[in-house]
Amino acid sequence: MSNEAVSLHNPDYPVPEELRHNIAITTLDRIYNWSRARSVWPMLFGLACCAIEMIATAAARYDPARFGMEVMRPSPRQADLMIIAGTVTKKMVPQIVRLYNQMSEPRYVIAMGACASGGGPFKEGYSVVDGIDKFIPVDVYIPGCPPTPQALLQGFITLHEKIEGQSITTVPWYRKGEGEAIPVPVLGPDLIDPRQTALIRNVASQPPDTSDAAQEPATD
Amino acid sequence: MSKTSPDTTTNDVAEILQQKFPDSIHPDDREGYSGIVVSPDSLVEVAQSIRDDFRYNLLTSLSYVDYIDEDFFEVVYHAYDTVKGGPALNFKARTPRSQATLPSLTGVWPSANLQEREAWDLMGIHFTGHPNLKRLLTWEGFEGHPLRKDWKEPFYEEDKKPFKSRWPEGRPDRAESRLPYGMNVQYPPGFTPDGWSPEGESALYDSLSTPMTGSGVDVQAIKTDQLVVNMGPQHPSTHGVFRMAVTLDGETITRLEPVVGYLHRNHEKIGERNTYLGNMPYTDRLDYICSMSNNLAYAMTIEKMMGQEVPERAELLRVLVVELTRIVNHFWLIGFLLNDLGAFFTPALYAILERELIVDLFEALTGSRMMCNYMRFGGVAYDLPPYIGGPAVKPGDKARHMDTMKFIKDLVYERLPRAIDQLDNFLTQNEVLVSRCKGVGILPPEAAVACGVTGPVLRASGVPYDIRRSDPYSIYNELDFDVAVRYNCDTYDRYLIRLDEIRQSLRILEQIIPGLEATEGQEYWAGKRGYNVRVPTGEHYGHADNPKGELGFYVVSDGTANPYRYHIRAPSLINITALEEMCRGLKVADSVVILGSLDIVLGELDR
Amino acid sequence: MYGLGIIKGLGITIKHFANTYVEDFKQGIKRYTAEDRFTARQGLEAQGLFTVQYPEEKIAVPERFRYIPFLVVNDDDHPDAPGQPWCTSCGICSKVCPPQCIWIVRSTDPETGRPKPEPQEFYIDIDICMNCGYCAEFCPFDAIKMDHDYEISSYDRTSAHIYDLQKLTKPLSYWRTIAPTRAEEERTAREAKEAAKAEKAKK
Ligand code: SF4
Ligand code: SF4
Ligand code: SF4
Repeated sequence: MSNEAVSLHNPDYPVPEELRHNIAITTLDRIYNWSRARSVWPMLFGLACCAIEMIATAAARYDPARFGMEVMRPSPRQADLMIIAGTVTKKMVPQIVRLYNQMSEPRYVIAMGACASGGGPFKEGYSVVDGIDKFIPVDVYIPGCPPTPQALLQGFITLHEKIEGQSITTVPWYRKGEGEAIPVPVLGPDLIDPRQTALIRNVASQPPDTSDAAQEPATD
Repeated sequence: MSKTSPDTTTNDVAEILQQKFPDSIHPDDREGYSGIVVSPDSLVEVAQSIRDDFRYNLLTSLSYVDYIDEDFFEVVYHAYDTVKGGPALNFKARTPRSQATLPSLTGVWPSANLQEREAWDLMGIHFTGHPNLKRLLTWEGFEGHPLRKDWKEPFYEEDKKPFKSRWPEGRPDRAESRLPYGMNVQYPPGFTPDGWSPEGESALYDSLSTPMTGSGVDVQAIKTDQLVVNMGPQHPSTHGVFRMAVTLDGETITRLEPVVGYLHRNHEKIGERNTYLGNMPYTDRLDYICSMSNNLAYAMTIEKMMGQEVPERAELLRVLVVELTRIVNHFWLIGFLLNDLGAFFTPALYAILERELIVDLFEALTGSRMMCNYMRFGGVAYDLPPYIGGPAVKPGDKARHMDTMKFIKDLVYERLPRAIDQLDNFLTQNEVLVSRCKGVGILPPEAAVACGVTGPVLRASGVPYDIRRSDPYSIYNELDFDVAVRYNCDTYDRYLIRLDEIRQSLRILEQIIPGLEATEGQEYWAGKRGYNVRVPTGEHYGHADNPKGELGFYVVSDGTANPYRYHIRAPSLINITALEEMCRGLKVADSVVILGSLDIVLGELDR
Repeated sequence: MYGLGIIKGLGITIKHFANTYVEDFKQGIKRYTAEDRFTARQGLEAQGLFTVQYPEEKIAVPERFRYIPFLVVNDDDHPDAPGQPWCTSCGICSKVCPPQCIWIVRSTDPETGRPKPEPQEFYIDIDICMNCGYCAEFCPFDAIKMDHDYEISSYDRTSAHIYDLQKLTKPLSYWRTIAPTRAEEERTAREAKEAAKAEKAKK
């Protein structure tokens, strides 16, 4: 208890020695972030092998309740944190972007494992997205294949540190106007990111002989 | 040497078949190959004869190979006899690459359904007569058929690993920086993205909203609208990114279609580029709860092709870890089945606790909790560690020190039997479990076999078919255990059979322990320990009884350091063939439980 | 009887709950402070509370634990060549690596232009690495080992996730701390090999 008080207390404001354990003077930012960081609700959502370690983390041995994170919400509307636990495939990424858009701000994303961060061992394959950060902003990357539960907990702590570093005056979700939704990718002959439409049009209309592997026509 | 061991019965059958169909069958006499080649025109007829006259009633695997130099595709079928057991009857059909068409075998064996769709999707072989020939793992509209040898992915570097760009002049470049899009994508020349709309979804929903005739559910009698409801891929009870689209009449399921491929990671294409050894850690990621069992199936397949012997201690260690894996898997399943029934997370917590103890052993033994990468061709990578635990290094580290043999003994003789009795005691008679599971999701034995269902699900349908007994591998024929069977064919029996199997696994482990003590210090990895494994030319289908069902690897070697074809027969994929049959006429909530009792894992299902 | 299942289930939970306090009462504060009690709490005799209070207490990982690889170099107090990497840039690890995430530039002697047994550059893309341990298993010089440090989450991957020579390098003494038995075994094996070689040379 006194630990919490100490972590909240802002040393810029002197408090008499005898009152130290009863009074903590803090800033709005600190109390705001402190309360947010200690109740980050993750979304109940797993993709691949890493999800098994995520579930193992949620179980008795590692118990994320100690971080206020045991409430896994199946609905994106009630979740603050999306843990991308596993390989993101092209077929799955439209759903992930849609789920991300449905989460209410403030929202955070953890890329758990090599696959979610950068494609992982399956990066060279044709149906894998080489890192979820190509589509949605990622706050914390946890390397490993799979990250052990303790590595995931450490990632949570890293996220808490990030949250505690934010300021209520600059955070984007109190600005005026609506936040911009991320355009949902479309499954075409390959995955189409709507933000790249113009680029695709330009590149694909060029004669194929200038190409490297990118324009290699799929013989069929 | 790499020929599958000569077995009189299958050879006899092949001969009789040849006499019966002299014009349309000839033996496959390529070096290292076996089986018969059937001409496409009489494929269905021959298949029927194989099923009815020779009683090879279970078509487990349908593999497909692109022989680009010879300019044909070959589809390879492996059929088994669930009553007599024994090795597979292996028959093949060929079709020219330019006009790849074969008759569908779905009429003979429904288990061909999803596998033919997969072959269409990834290889572009058209199966005439298939009821629903849509793409399976990629999506409708995807460009090309990726497993063809002349199809290249966007990040394509070279045909074979190791890549030359890694050494001695290896400067890292992120593959995406080579492409104009900065991403793992490619488009056909002249493609314009404007106004593109994905076609797959509407096709799926259209096909589901037309009422099916003869579905056994009388739609006309109930005057309600049919409603197509989508579950997944993000759904808390679909065990990963599984999706099913169901047609509902009120709350009753009239049709159900599994939609898969949301975790398709191209194991096979990558596997053909990898070296033989390099595929081992990839098999960990198939059924990621049972990495040890996957390792074993793959190691055995390649060992068979190489003619590599395995020392006794390695076999003991293999059985030890594989049976522990079975226990882990079944604990996990029981926990999550209860989850699906609404007992949110509490039983799962206790199940995961036991798993944690077993993975502690795996971690000390292999270095990783989940991705064990433990087996090598000719043995296992490590012997048992002297103790479980590690030295304290970091601030906060707490060292543990548990003698390994004592740990294993305590686990097998005390901890696990107690845990399973506890689960049994407080779950089996639980009225929610009983009322939600008894009589729900009936899968009759004939239907199970026809759909190619294997593993505990098949055995809970009253078919005592276990590869450890029917086509024994490793040292299972020296071990004393019963093949667990249950005869009510419902979800409750599928739950009970997992308890039975855990008990049988414990029985096996009890027999393993004295052997482990007796062979202490002996060799655990025979043969050359090189990284460059050479496999003689030929083909082989190796399989093992995994906790989820029959995991098979069909590997074709052309004598180089990389497999020419690497096909995985995934039990999870083929088991869901029976899902619609089991769910039809039941309430939508039951489908969740039935799916839970089928025990799928997406890494393996989608590969 | 309806409700019996619920009562039974609750009974289990209550038993676990109570066991924690029974153990606490029996063992006192020692349960959480004494070194050897941790083994009991996180082993097969675990009763009641099973939680590891990360980050105050962490389960120490076993010696064979695999995470990201690192390169072994001589300790700083090595008499002849402090900081000398053991890697000879033979390239075996980059060949066995299943996802091909190791890049090595071999050094050349500036005078002769011949390759030198030492890496000039060495990279591992940890966003691809699958922690399989093959590089360490097949390196003939014990020069690459699997690190045990899993607490490496970061805010940015573009700059931080391709490990270069500097980031990969760790001294031998570090390997000795995280895997004392294995380091010792390897040392004996190396010395035996050296001895055999010397013997041969003598003959
Ligand atoms: S990082 Fe490794 S463990 Fe995680 S999803 Fe990818 S392959 Fe699986
Ligand atoms: S780390 Fe080992 S295997 Fe890799 S290049 Fe250096 S010496 Fe060779
Ligand atoms: S651990 Fe495996 S994947 Fe990672 S660098 Fe070593 S060989 Fe490559």
